[in-house]
Amino acid sequence: MALKRGTKYEAEIPTASLPDIIFTLIIFFLVTTTITSDKGVSLTLPEFSEGTETVKLKKDMVLNILIAETGDIMVDAEILANRGELLNRIRTSLEEKGKDAEGKYIKIVSIKTQGGTLYDDYMFVLDQVKAAGASKISIAEPEE
Amino acid sequence: MPQLKRPAPYITTIPSASLPDIIFTLLIFFMVVTSFKQFDGLPVIVPEAKTTAKIEVGKRDIAYVWIDKRGQIVLDDQLYNEETVADLVPILYERRTANPKTVISLKADRDCRMKIVTDVQQQCRKAYALRINYTTRFKDQG
Repeated sequence: MALKRGTKYEAEIPTASLPDIIFTLIIFFLVTTTITSDKGVSLTLPEFSEGTETVKLKKDMVLNILIAETGDIMVDAEILANRGELLNRIRTSLEEKGKDAEGKYIKIVSIKTQGGTLYDDYMFVLDQVKAAGASKISIAEPEE
Repeated sequence: MPQLKRPAPYITTIPSASLPDIIFTLLIFFMVVTSFKQFDGLPVIVPEAKTTAKIEVGKRDIAYVWIDKRGQIVLDDQLYNEETVADLVPILYERRTANPKTVISLKADRDCRMKIVTDVQQQCRKAYALRINYTTRFKDQG
């Protein structure tokens, strides 16, 4: 007796709901995606070294800015009467020494703060220094 | 006169066979650009600056450090303060070695003092994470 062949089953995965599933996923990723990028003022710190290295620089190669706890800004040992002057003071000082071959100002700007100086004041000065086009910025350790 | 024959009705359908493909492409795009926020921070009001610029690396290459006006520091969901600030070094160092492109993003409150900011900067220097960024808002004038 010959065995009857079993009936062929046709099995298919239903794909009609596939777009719906993908849409749901898309909506999820749309909602969670944040395109906004981080903004800020960038700075590269010097490498850490034990003990203080002394690099001799000519006095006229550095523009010293000190920010006091009180919010007063001193440029080369002279207190600024008006904060608005700062940008021009930095610009004139940078122009004195001119630019190097790469078009960057030669003069170094050193920003010194005190322990109690407000971060907002520091950011104000750093912003002005950057706006003046200085590329060599030194952040001195604060005075206690 | 013979009766006019009614025109055959047109069946117009928008082909939807390629719909899943289009949606897949969109899906892949959003999957690639999404990066989940990994850590929460502290409520801070960042200062304003005219020279605010975009950070040139992606979110995955940024380590966020929050500093609030009470002197609290947060990195990777861990709370530090002025005394425990030295504990930041191994974490920052690990981040820096795993990814040399790492930028430290300092989200410091505008009312915090420079003492704590400088302390954090010193730890960054010790950890060789030298690229830092002060998060600021863009200022139009002044």
